[in-house]
Amino acid sequence: MAKPIELEVNGNRHTVHCDPETPLLTVLRDELGLIGTKYGCGEGQCGACTVLLSGAPRRSCQIPVGAAAAKPITTIEGLEKNGHLHPVQQAFLDSGAFQCAYCTSGMILSSVGLLRTNPNPTSAEIMQSLEGNICRCGTHPRIVEAVHQAAKSMLERGR
Amino acid sequence: MNDPSVRFVPEPERYEFTAAPMHHFELARRDFFKFLGAGIAVFAVAKDTPATQETAPTQGFHQQELPKDITAWLHIGEDGNVTAFTGKVEIGQNIRTSLAQTVADELHLPFESVTMVTADTALTPFDFGTVGSRSMPTMSPQLRRAAAAARDLLVGAAAKEWNVAAEGLTTADGKVTDPATGRSLRYAELARGKTLAQNLPEEDPVTPPDQWTIAGKSVPKKDARAFVTGKHQYTPDLRRPGQLYGKVLRPPSFGATLASYDAKAAMEMSGVIVVRDGDFIGAAASNERDASKALKTIHAEWKEVPQTSSKELFSYLKKNATAKSDDRSRRTKGSVADGLAAAAHRLDATYTVAFIAHAPLEPRAAVAEWSDGKLTVWTGSQRPFAVRDELASVFHVPESDVRVIVPDTGSAYGGKHTGDAALEAARLARAAGRPVQVVWTREEEFTWAYFRPAGVMEIKSGITADGSLTAWEFHNYNSGMSAIDTPYVVPNQHIQFHSTQCPLRSGSYRGLAATANFFARESHMDELAHAAQIDPLEFRLKNLSDSRLRAVFEAAAKSFDWSSKKTQEGQGFGIAGGTEKGGYVATCAEVSVDHASGAVRVVRLTTAFECGAIVNPDGLLNQVIGANIQGLGGALFEFIEFENGRITNPRFSRYRVPRFRDVPEIEAVLLDRKDLPSAGAGETPIMAVAPATGNAIFHATGTRLRGLPMVPNGMNPARS
Repeated sequence: MAKPIELEVNGNRHTVHCDPETPLLTVLRDELGLIGTKYGCGEGQCGACTVLLSGAPRRSCQIPVGAAAAKPITTIEGLEKNGHLHPVQQAFLDSGAFQCAYCTSGMILSSVGLLRTNPNPTSAEIMQSLEGNICRCGTHPRIVEAVHQAAKSMLERGR
Repeated sequence: MNDPSVRFVPEPERYEFTAAPMHHFELARRDFFKFLGAGIAVFAVAKDTPATQETAPTQGFHQQELPKDITAWLHIGEDGNVTAFTGKVEIGQNIRTSLAQTVADELHLPFESVTMVTADTALTPFDFGTVGSRSMPTMSPQLRRAAAAARDLLVGAAAKEWNVAAEGLTTADGKVTDPATGRSLRYAELARGKTLAQNLPEEDPVTPPDQWTIAGKSVPKKDARAFVTGKHQYTPDLRRPGQLYGKVLRPPSFGATLASYDAKAAMEMSGVIVVRDGDFIGAAASNERDASKALKTIHAEWKEVPQTSSKELFSYLKKNATAKSDDRSRRTKGSVADGLAAAAHRLDATYTVAFIAHAPLEPRAAVAEWSDGKLTVWTGSQRPFAVRDELASVFHVPESDVRVIVPDTGSAYGGKHTGDAALEAARLARAAGRPVQVVWTREEEFTWAYFRPAGVMEIKSGITADGSLTAWEFHNYNSGMSAIDTPYVVPNQHIQFHSTQCPLRSGSYRGLAATANFFARESHMDELAHAAQIDPLEFRLKNLSDSRLRAVFEAAAKSFDWSSKKTQEGQGFGIAGGTEKGGYVATCAEVSVDHASGAVRVVRLTTAFECGAIVNPDGLLNQVIGANIQGLGGALFEFIEFENGRITNPRFSRYRVPRFRDVPEIEAVLLDRKDLPSAGAGETPIMAVAPATGNAIFHATGTRLRGLPMVPNGMNPARS
């Protein structure tokens, strides 16, 4: 039996028993049932598996679960609080910033990560920070618009 | 099966298959209401099929079987909620929302009261597939007619209740009202205690687009909240009780056959099921890693067959063209020889398009579960009924014992017509005696899915001194016939499709061959315009009588400010357009080419699109802009490289798709024709992007690029 690994996901503690080299993505989806984080490529190229690790957007398919131990992890399931969507989720919803929406979890988490360090980004900064997230349906302009809208609403709330 | 030339039959004309009702729906009326509860049901029958059972509105079917050519139905429950059933699939094109709008609009009830049940072979009527931009032009009117008939039934029920004539009664907001007395009854009250079923009457007028109230307006996507919270379960997200995870041992190359096989080590691993069936080898375990580990211990030797490479692709396609040609793939008008003889300028040019991958972000996936000899499969497919038939045939079980359910899927773009993952999961599940999920890796997706066919297009043309087309000879090798005809007025034409031996497994792609045929034709038109020294827009309009196509050209040019002049070094403007699948499109592109580095950037796209009466403007904008962005990939840099039966760039790190940095300023100009029926919109808006961009590159640089992708390494291929 592999040594137990302590994870802190969306504020909840979990102990998992698996090879520490197992990608965090696999553990989130298959051990913890957090299926909102998606597999898209397995090489950190598409961003569908993006989560926040210690507040920064990271590709969970590229992070060995051992390296994520004891660090706060946020997945798409952890953004909604008391039935209220995170402003970025709300902005994606309001802007219709998705089509098939398979990329949406990753887009939202990358955007949340961006707004933590840059609360009022320019379009160029948004596009640059989302460069690693692929949307095959071509919803990019609306995603940029949604991030602007989220930034605005977060600034107005004084967060 | 093992001869690659047999295995990889190109399917250039899938869209020409007609959705003949070959299948019988087995659910009897009794079961129907048992499943749905009491209420009122209306069945839509394919428009061109005479209704098999004409019944007066109140008679219903009673104990009879349901008709065999039903295409959709809807049900008004005792709670007043309406459920509409269609075999169509939601793949991001927003059909769940647009069809619900149609039903709500015609039934005069709030959008929120309509639920769509889609793509479940046990619950929805047979459907050929979500292909060819057919959902809006065919499914939408059928559901609208069903909704109109349901409304008539409700009015009839109210009239009976009040003992008044039905003619004076009105419907709105889920209620029937008698304006004479002011009394009203909710649909829920009228449906209560009834089990009324009705076939569609032959003729029942529906609401014309200029009187739509819910359709024609933007409404939020159905179930949108589940997508921003991560709660929606795509096929790879499903977890059935006791589910195992399956992996398939892939041959090293296409067409390879199994020569020897030793799986002793794998079979000794605990908790691992190994299956070998012909050339299929797979394993299932309680997690994917163990299944992969098991496959790694298997010693398999494969007999490979030598195959061509992407470097020789276009000469290969030409060389292997079949000599025979039937009338369906050839059309002639006048005499091209005479037309060329009469021309002042003649032009002869060849265009090519590479194989490209759909690369839907959700890879092919399936969960299969056997129970008492019956099979249920969840899979992301555009053709659930075809997958059901495939499964029934492969596993030698009746179709009625196979149920295929398609969860709303992480896109497809024409790439998910087959049931490959479903077959694999079902084979492993049968051996395991437990549900098995198979999710393809990105590399499998890039290798074992099928591709948009590559093609070679040859054009010979002639124009008079003042720029009127006199001759048009067009040959397409391999890529297909969609939009192969020219929309321009040419007295002398010869147009022909040539099938060839196709080196890779090929199938539908958004717009299919139309993107290739548009690229060749609209690039060539641009070349002719320059030869005649006429503005490319003016040249097109001069040779065009189709008023709908003229309208989109003019709308795009106006919004783009086509007549403006270059103001910067390296700047270029291009225009292209055409018609396909009932839609009309024109795109203007502005590019910026850096002469020093050869880097090409599309700066601006303006696409005018007309598809008849618009049902959901916001959803349509999303589709049009999305198609433009996706089109840039195939235009500029996407292509599949292969050699000896192997794909050599099967990863996003080696296969470039459009990203944020590639996205230009895009404007979509939607022409709403409320006087025309709605056409589909998922495909046609992609078609003019590549030629408009190529024409802009020519305008910027004087270099004509005749192959897609045009600039995988910028303007200077040697720099790669």
